[in-house]
Order: sequence, then structure tokens, then C-alpha cells
Amino acid sequence: MNAPRLPNVTRRNLLLGTGALVVSFSLKDHAFAQEGELNVPAKPPEPVAAGPKLPGSLADTPSLDAWIRIDADSSVTVYTGKAELGQGTKTSLRQIAAEELEVPPASINLITADTAITPDEGFTAGSQTVQNSGTAIRNAAAQVREILIQQASGKLQVPADQLKAQNGRIAGPDGKSIGYGEVVMTDMLHVDAQPKSKLKSPDAYEYIGKPFARVDIPAKVTGGPAYVQDMRLPGMLHARVVRPPSWFATLKDIDTASIKAMPGVVAVIRDGNFLAVAAEKEFQAVQAMRALTGLAEWEEKPRLPNEQDLPAVLQRSESEQGVVAEAGGDFTGGVKTFSAQFMRPYQMHASIGPSCSVAHLDNGTMTVWTHTQGVYPDRKAIAQMLGMPLDKVRCIHTEGSGCYGHNGADDAAGDAALIARALPGRPVKVQWMRDQEHLWEPYGPAMLTKVSASLDASGKIVNWKYDLWSNTHSARPGSAGALLPGQLMEPGYPPDKPVMSITPLGNGDRNAIPLYSIPNLRVLWHFIADMPVRVSSLRGLGAYANVFSIESFMDQLAKEAGADPVEFRLKHMEDPRARKVISTAAEAFNWSSNPMPEGRGRGFAFAKYKNHAAYLALAMEIDVDKETGKIRVPRIVSAVDCGEAAAPDSIRNQTEGGIIQSLSWTMYEEVNFDNTRIRSSDWSTYPILRFSAVPGTLDVHIVDNPGSPYLGVAEAAQGPTSAALANALANATGKRLYNLPFSPARVKATLGV
Amino acid sequence: MKLNVNGSTHEVDADPATPLLYVLRNDLELNAAKFGCGLGQCGACTVMVDGKAIFSCLTPILLLEGREIKTVEGLGTIDSPGPMQQAFIEEQAAQCGYCIPGMMMRAQALLQSKPDASDAEIQVTLEPNLCRCGTHLRILKAVKRARELMKTAAMTPASGERKV
Amino acid sequence: MKFGRFLTGLGALIVVGVAGVFVYAWRPEIAPIKPPERASFDQALIEHGAKLAAVGNCTACHTNPGGKSFAGGLTIPTPFGTIYSSNITPDAETGIGTWSEAAFQRAMRDGVGRKGEHLYPAFPYDHFTNVSDDDNRALYAFLMTRQPVKATPPPNELPFPLNVRLVLAGWKMLFFRDGAYQADAGQNEEWNRGAYLVNGLGHCGACHTPRNSLGAEKVSLHLAGGEAEGWSAFALNGSSPAPVVWDKDSLYTYLRQGWHPDHGVANGPMGEVTGNLGLLPDSDIRAMSTYIASIMGEPSAERRAKSDKLLEEIKSGPITSAISNDPSSGGKGAAIYKAACAACHENGRPQPFGGLDLRLSSTVHAPDAQNAINMVLYGLPAANGRTSAIMPGFADVLTNDQLNDLLGHLRQHFTDQPAWTDVVQRAADTRNGKYHVSVRPSDGIERGPSNIGAEDQ
Ligand code: FES
Ligand code: FES
Repeated sequence: MNAPRLPNVTRRNLLLGTGALVVSFSLKDHAFAQEGELNVPAKPPEPVAAGPKLPGSLADTPSLDAWIRIDADSSVTVYTGKAELGQGTKTSLRQIAAEELEVPPASINLITADTAITPDEGFTAGSQTVQNSGTAIRNAAAQVREILIQQASGKLQVPADQLKAQNGRIAGPDGKSIGYGEVVMTDMLHVDAQPKSKLKSPDAYEYIGKPFARVDIPAKVTGGPAYVQDMRLPGMLHARVVRPPSWFATLKDIDTASIKAMPGVVAVIRDGNFLAVAAEKEFQAVQAMRALTGLAEWEEKPRLPNEQDLPAVLQRSESEQGVVAEAGGDFTGGVKTFSAQFMRPYQMHASIGPSCSVAHLDNGTMTVWTHTQGVYPDRKAIAQMLGMPLDKVRCIHTEGSGCYGHNGADDAAGDAALIARALPGRPVKVQWMRDQEHLWEPYGPAMLTKVSASLDASGKIVNWKYDLWSNTHSARPGSAGALLPGQLMEPGYPPDKPVMSITPLGNGDRNAIPLYSIPNLRVLWHFIADMPVRVSSLRGLGAYANVFSIESFMDQLAKEAGADPVEFRLKHMEDPRARKVISTAAEAFNWSSNPMPEGRGRGFAFAKYKNHAAYLALAMEIDVDKETGKIRVPRIVSAVDCGEAAAPDSIRNQTEGGIIQSLSWTMYEEVNFDNTRIRSSDWSTYPILRFSAVPGTLDVHIVDNPGSPYLGVAEAAQGPTSAALANALANATGKRLYNLPFSPARVKATLGV
Repeated sequence: MKLNVNGSTHEVDADPATPLLYVLRNDLELNAAKFGCGLGQCGACTVMVDGKAIFSCLTPILLLEGREIKTVEGLGTIDSPGPMQQAFIEEQAAQCGYCIPGMMMRAQALLQSKPDASDAEIQVTLEPNLCRCGTHLRILKAVKRARELMKTAAMTPASGERKV
Repeated sequence: MKFGRFLTGLGALIVVGVAGVFVYAWRPEIAPIKPPERASFDQALIEHGAKLAAVGNCTACHTNPGGKSFAGGLTIPTPFGTIYSSNITPDAETGIGTWSEAAFQRAMRDGVGRKGEHLYPAFPYDHFTNVSDDDNRALYAFLMTRQPVKATPPPNELPFPLNVRLVLAGWKMLFFRDGAYQADAGQNEEWNRGAYLVNGLGHCGACHTPRNSLGAEKVSLHLAGGEAEGWSAFALNGSSPAPVVWDKDSLYTYLRQGWHPDHGVANGPMGEVTGNLGLLPDSDIRAMSTYIASIMGEPSAERRAKSDKLLEEIKSGPITSAISNDPSSGGKGAAIYKAACAACHENGRPQPFGGLDLRLSSTVHAPDAQNAINMVLYGLPAANGRTSAIMPGFADVLTNDQLNDLLGHLRQHFTDQPAWTDVVQRAADTRNGKYHVSVRPSDGIERGPSNIGAEDQ
């Protein structure tokens, strides 16, 4: 791809901007701050105002100057409460703002999640960044542009409707123009957004929908500081935590004098079951951590469920039942009824870079640099854990490696804060080790699903019953009990009590309702409150297992109905956009029902993520070696409709990534444990996909819908990929696998000799 | 002890048993090589020593006196990226990007010793390196692109004194 | 002319001799058949055959890394030249699809192909000849129901006269005795079953018995330790280098799961063997262990005492040593060990995923340094999509001198064995490809490329 490149914003760019015209307050000078944060006089977010329903996150933070700031030198700063998690946010939000503000994207300073200066947009999750923040920024930008035009109209003495914003200036028909910086006035943007904005029409787009090179890539490929792991503050200490060997273990008395005497060791911190060490140099901290690990004795408790028997364990653990959907009520029709049961094990986020955070207690204020997905909720949890007032804790998002949901980021931030509290004045960096990440991150919950449905004589589905057993998929911070250090310290905060909540967003029940038209339908969530295995949000939440189940079963029904899987889906699909995506994928793949050579098969699957986000259909061809149980994937074709394709290359990149990651989940991944300990502690015990198993080709076709709302796309591929693989496997071998993952051993055992 | 990194010699005051990774990241303030596992299982820490790709997380500096260490920082700069870096930018081969420097160094070592490495060889060579974002196909594309760019770079007489 | 007559006589003799050899060596073609339908085989027989094929480790030689199972084409370097394994899928053109059961039986029993050609003993028919007719029938059923793959291996690269297959008849005359296994009446059934599996299909001796200069196993040194694919295959008799004595139970555990807490994980070509044995019923693995334990014999009281003492010492954790600044080779080796190895080998993480306490390592106690060199240089690569112990290779980090320092330290610190004296040369020859080392993940049935990271020659 040859795309124009946006320079990354540097500290210097910002320092050049002077004479800001918005009310400002001064932040403490930090040697390392998040992009653009340094020395910027900025506006704190306004409290939530009641009013008419505003678009996107404007609904929560309506003041325009919470989103956009224009300085006297015409420089433009955009604030987002969302974080860059490797999905290209920093680039796509710039494109969106630039479009409506009529400035080059490269000229925009973008400031991401920081509790001191950006709006509170909750979590960067659920593929909603462009949907929420993008929408807010776009509307705010359009309104700011109109305000600027109004102001310029007075100054230039030209009616507003004859003025145009262009490249940072407002120009009249006679060629007269005036720079943005010349028209802005103090507090001019300190107004609430209007419900309606004058948005540009898609045919006038200059930046939206155009491939733009990501702003963060050049630094990342040349060794620029990019991640929280790369932070180095003056006087910074390196800390390591020592975790218990298992959940529920308690630390016996320990004499840490020998550790304190080790070279470079500054402190050994023990607070209940929380144990950590801080040293001047990183390797000293590592050595001290190893020694301390050897020294610490724990009392372990065998409280984990039986891994071999998960379906029964889940069913037994049900604590509550919720109706996700109900329609019709006649479950007696049809000529034939079929049923199936599917299982998904606990799976990990397993980020390549273990969690890391830097914290600094300075003058009574705790600043925490973290790769959390939610700086505001994380701040709340940390403040509670430390017993500090909210305004004395500041969380600044600083990138980590890809997280794919709620991984160890918040916990590491809590670790850093707890250790930094013991070492006031000195910044502390905590870096988790590989096994700590594997053993302590919250996993994606195991799920059991059961589905039964009837076909009528014409091969149409007439009724559908679906039951799922799952924990909550959302145990994110908000309270100290959601943080590991919060639980480990003395007295510990208990983890939040999980509650079942059935909303359109979906949780364990995400995508549990098939999008197909089925007259009689009932979907139940058998909620499991107990979580002896720690779980939380993993990319896609329940959608992964639900789509796997539904789309596997759809193929099974198609087979029973004697129909082609693609035709069968279309036969039950009314949504025209869904139909379009399904047929686009099928055509691009050259879908057919012709028999394939032995051991080769093709599979298809579709889902509309969350039933209200991106549409994604996917077809793949696989080869199965019966002797080894190994699956190879020579070809994948997908089609995606996520509304207006604001940043096509980013959509493509995330979809490719989602497909490959889901292949890895689907073929290999499963957290192993015995009654006491988690056994999957590194890449040798939790293998993921390596280069030798990547698909031969992978095409992503974008079905663009210019002008229509953005639909989150980052997680859309997780479910369909697993089902397409299951369907291809059934097509290749005549045998269907119902339990994830499709490990070589399981495939081989299923196929027999 | 003395370490030769990216063409210049550095006096390093560290325990000789310290893994190179920590020395690069902390003492020399080089960001590219990343900590991923410390176990030789993921390749995030890959750098080059005497032209070969190695795991810096497991390589104590006591083995490295007098040897040539190269990191991503030695391949070019943000203003003047080397062919490998250029290729990754052109192909937009990153999601979170955390694994990318390790990938680049392993690929660089291969292409330096084997400028005509086949597509299959590239894929096999990268096996020790993990990517969790699923950027694999773009990484492969970028390395193939780098194979071309490195050849062109090798053919054109040295412009400026950028060492690649 | 006298000399002329002599020549004529000699010529005649040669003609007669050649004719005689030819008659001796000649084997008829067995008529081709149409590949049989799956339905012509009993499913139970096929399943039985699958287990036997696992004992025979057929897939190891007859599958190219990354290629289709049983389609052949694997490069097998021998001291005499390079052989490529054949396609044993039931493809009619390129595999064994046209082989009748009789042809298959003859190949196993006599080392002769369907067309009557003598087979190279890289195909271990010197062991397979022991296999019973019934078991061959099951193996045949299994192989003939695999997915047929059209694939022709490259032609062998052997010098004259070894490229003339008739020569093999001579080799057979000297070294090969055909005939199915005859039970030893003096031993019990389990022992006999073990002997049948170990010496027959299992062909353990192919690696674990030393060979003579013509490549035949030295019968008198049965299982006394051999060589395979650039690795030493340790002695399975009384001279086993294992610091903790093997017994029936530990052998069983090791063969069953591919690792044992007191011995570590199977690696090198053995990883593939244990990976395959997973298919076998416990009783067969017990039988093999019983037989091998009997070959090893009862250890001396002294050896047993040493072994017990070691196990006792291991319990109290690793013998940690401080990094020394001693500039001698031993001192440097200690520093390298401490810095590069100890983090895994002394962290107490149990087998099979943790680094083995090297006091337990047969590799470090072995008579020669080859396996230690291979392990340090190439490690254990990650298996794809399967849990497996991983050890990084240090080929590109350690110079041969540094490797020598390191191994010197290991030998001195963890064993009571004399120092290895040829590490530098051996390491150089391993790197330059003089020894072809096959590198595999632990306990897996897949191969990696040879000498990963080897220097270009
Ligand atoms: S960090 Fe070195 S291999 Fe993972
Ligand atoms: S790009 Fe995120 S791990 Fe590879």
C-alpha cells in the first residue's frame, strides 16, 4: 500500500502552539507523558449534562471544547477518551476530525484517554471507538466548523452561507480568507453540542474512506518510544510482583531480610498476600523476584473445578436463568427436530507483551501510566484501593501490546500504584513476567451451549431453542475488588459480585439470538455467578461461542434439509445488508457444492456482530490430515460491511487479524488446570498459532456504505471464523466437531483410522 | 564491559550475567527489542549478533564482548528508514506492533545472509516469533517487500552514508 | 598364452559367479493389483494396523516435514549416500496401491519390493522380518486405507556400485536372516511380547545398536548404544548413561508419556518415537519396558546406591552456584551456565515443561558430547499447535569455544564423568553439516529441518 503518511505528533509540535484561547489549567511537568499531553494547557471535561440525545459520546460529554480545541496559531487539538490498542484509532479519529474541520489530518494533535484532560468515554471495547468517539468527534468537528464560519462571517463581512472552510481557513467568494486561529475567541467552543450537525456528504469526502498510513507505525518500526514498557522516568525503580502459585493461596510468614540485602534492592513490599520487590536495575529486580519466589511459602487450596468435566460443571453451577429472547411460542411444529451441544473452554488474551505500568506518587498525587482500556474506571478502582480521593489519582493511557479485551493491564496498574505508594517520590515501573500474565489475567469464560430446532417439509426452520451456560464476560474494574492487588492486599477487597444483565449489547448472550427469520424462538442464559476460574471480557465475549454454535448448527440443518449452506442461510435471511455480505463472500470465494478431493473441504459462516454492529461473512477451504489431525487453511475469503468504511485499511487489518486470531483460538487454545493450579503458564503450555499455520491467502472484501453510520468491526470475525472452520472440517471429513479447540489430537481422535 | 551496538561502542556498567535485552532497553535506552517472555519462546526480543538473529532475553552480555550487536535502531531512522523498516511502513504491517521489531530483526538476518530467500524460507525462518494480533500475512508481505527493497538498495551506489 | 588363459578362466569364473549371485539375488515381480476398496478390510483390522504402524514409527521416515502423511520423500542421509523415503500411500502410480498383500508381506519379511527389487536396509527389514503374518496383514489393511497421495520421491543419490540394487543381495547374504519372531520359551509372555515389539516393528536396535562399517547392526552389541540422525542413541543395556537407574516402571512412564521426572523429555528422534507410542495400549508399552529392563539388567548395588542418593539430593532443590569471575575455561563456563541456563534449569518448574536439573541428565552424563552439543545449539523448537517443552537453541549465540567452556562446566559440575575432549571439533562439524542433526520438538511426531541455524558451508 502506498498511502500518504501522517507524521506522529511530537512534543515540539505542541509546544509551538501558544496563546490558547480556552480556559486552561496547568498540569505538572512529567518527563514522559502520553502523546501530546506535555505542558498542554487544557480543559478538564465538563460534567455530564442532561439534554436532548446527542450523537455518539457527545451524549455524555456535550461540551464542544471537551473534544476540540483551536489555538491562536490555528493548530487543532482533538481529545478522545478512547485509547489506541493497536487498532489504528489514532489514525482513523484524525481522519474523521480532519474531514469535518477541513484541515489536513496530519496537522491535528490527537490526545487519547487521560483522566486529567480527555472526556470520559468508559472503556475502549466492543469495537465502539469509531462508533462512539468517532461519531462524537465528527459531529463536534462539524459544529465547530460552523461556529468558525459564523464568526468569520462577522469579521469578513460576508454572509455565512457564502463562506467555506478550507485547509484551516475560512474563505469567501472573493478570495478573502481568514485563519481559524484568527477567529477563535476565549470560551467560544465552550458550548454544548446541538443534536443535529451539518455533516459533509460522502461524495465530498477527502479523508474518510481513503487509505491513510497509520501514524504510529513509523515510530514502532524504528525504535521510537511507543509503549508503556518503553517509559523511562528519572529515578525510576523497577519492580516485580511475586504472585501466589495458585488462586486462593495465602502467604505464610516470610522473612525478607535476605532479599532486601540483595544488590540494588530498594524495597520488599508485602501487604497481605501481595508481595513485590523494587530495585534500582531491572535485572536486579528480576533476580530478587526469583529469590523471593523461592523463599515465599503459600498455603494452597484446591478450589478449581474439574477441567475434564466442564460441561457438567457449568450446568451444575447455574445460579440464575434469564430470557434473552422469546418469539412465537409454538415449539411443536416441523417434521424433524435436531439438536446439538457445543463447548468452548477457557481461553486467554495472551498478549505478546506482558502487562506493564508505571506509577508515581508525587506530592500526594498518584499518576499511573497504564494500557488499560478504561482510564476512568481504572482510576476509580485504584483510588478506592489506595483510599485516595479520585482527584488525587490520574490515569494516563499509554499503549501496551494488543490486549483483545480485559487482560492484566488494570491489575498491573494497581500493582504499580500499590508499590509506588510505598515509595513516594520515585516512579516505579512494574513489568509482569510471562507466567504472571498467563496465570493471572482474567480468561474468556468457558461456555456450554445447547441448541435444538425443527425443519418443516420445505426445509425451513420453524422453531429454535437455544440455551447457554456462562459466567459474566465483564468483570472490569470500577471497584478495587476487580484489581488483583486489591484482592490480595490486607484487608482485601472482595471481587465484585457478578450479575446477569441482559441488554442489546450482549454479554455471555452476545449474538445468542440468530439473525435468521425463525417464527418460534427461545433463547435462555443459564447464568453462572461463581467464578473459581477468573474471567472477564475477551474479544467478542459470548459472540465467539454463540456464533460458533449457531453457525455450526445452521450447516447441520442445511445438510438435513439437503440445501447448500449458503442458499440455506439466504433462505432464512431478510436483512438486505446481511444478504449482500453473504453473497459477496460466496461469490468472491467462488462458492459451490461440488465435491472436493479427499481431505479437503469448504465452510461458510456469517454473523452480524452483536446483531447491531458489522456484518461479516466468511468462506474457507481447509485440508485435513487424518493421520495427524492437523488442519491447514489454504484459502479464506471474507466480506464485511461496517457501514461507512472510514479507514478501509484499518478495517482490513483488523479483520485479517481477527480471523487469524480466531483460527488460533479455534484450532489450539484451551487453558488447562488441575484442582488447584492453572497449568497454562507460557507459550509451551498454551500454544498459539505460529507462522507455519497461517492461511495461504486471506481476502477481505469491504462492502462500503458511504454515509451510513459506523458499525464496530474489530471483533466481528471471531465467531464466524470458528464456525466456518467447523463447517469446512465437517465438509472435508463428514464428521463435525462440537467441542473447541480442534486440536490435532481431538481431530485425529474424532476421525478415527 | 564494552558492547558494540549498531556500530558504536558503549561502556556498560552491568552485571555480566545481565541479559542483553535489559541492557539494550535500560542502559542504552533502545526501545525496539521487547520483553515478551524471557524464555526464548516468542521472539519479541530478537536482535542480531554477528549477523545472526538471537533472543536477547536469554543472551547474557558476558558472551558478547567484541561482537557486533544490531537492533532495529541500527536499520535506519524515522526520517530515513532502512529497507526493512520502509517495507513494514509500506505494507502497514503492524497492529499493536509489539512483535514487529523482533520480526524485523529475524527477517533482516535471513535476508542479509540470503538475499534471495524464498517465500517458504521466510515463513519457516519466522516460526520462532509469535504475533498475537494476527498480523502474520502482512508481516510476510513486508518481508517479501524488504527482499526487493534491499536488493535495490544494494544495487544503487551508497547515497549518503546511511549504513544499512 | 598362460596369462591369457588365466584371464579367460577368471572371466568364466566371474560369469559363473555373477550368474550365481544373480540367481541367488533374483526375485520375481509380484503381479500388480487394483488398489483394494476400503470395504474389503475389516475396520478392527485397520485399527489394529494403526497401532502397529505407530510402533513401527512408519510416519517418521515416510513423511516429509510439512508434507502429506506417508507420501515419502524424506531425505535420509546415510554414510553411503542419500536415500529418499518411498511413498507408501495406496496411490496406484506412485505409492503401493498396486501391491498385493503378498507383496507387502515379502517386503516386510525379505526386504524386496513388489517388482522384485531389493530394498535398501534404511528400511529396517532386518527388524521387520520378525513381524508376524497377522500383524503384517493388519499393517497392510491400515496402509491400503490411507489417503492416496500422488508423489514421487527424488531418486536416491548413491555412488556406484551401491546404486545397483543387486549389490544388496550380497549385503543380505552377509547380514540378514529372515524369519518371524520365535518366542523364547524361557521367558514369560510379557517379556516375549516386549521382545517381539522392540526387536521387530519397534526396530529399537536400528538406532540403539552400533553398526559395522557396512552399516549392519553388530549383533553382539545388541542395544549397546548407537547413533541416529546425528544423535547418540543411548545404550539400553547395562551401560546406560542415565544417572538415575531405569527400571520397568520408569521406562513405562517414559515411553507412555514421552518424559519422566527423573530423566527429562524425549528429544531428537526419540521424541517422534514416544509421540507415536501414545497410540499403543498400556499392555504393549509395559511389555516393551519389561523387555528393555531385562536387557539393562539389575544395576550393581553401588550404582543403585548412587542413584538413590542423587534422588535424595534432588529433593532439596538445585545446587545454585554464584557467578564466578574466574577467567579459566571452567569459570567462564560456570558464568555462562548461570546466566543463560540456570533461569530455566534451576527454577524448580517440574517436568516436562521445566528445564531438567542437569544432575539428572543422561545427555550430560553420556560418553560423547554429541547430544549435549545438539541440545545447546538447536534446543527444542516449539511444536505447532500442541503443548510441548520448548528450549531455545544457542547456535547463534555461543561460539564453539564458549560452548566448550559451558559443556566443560556442566560435565564437571553435574557429573562424575571425565571431561569431553573433542567438543570444539565436534561442534564445528555439527555446524558445518558434517553431521546431519535432525531437530524436532519434544515428544512429537513432526520433524523440523536439520541443523537449524547451521552455518552455510
Ligand atoms: S522475550 Fe525473548 S523470546 Fe520471548
Ligand atoms: S502486531 Fe500485535 S503482537 Fe504482532
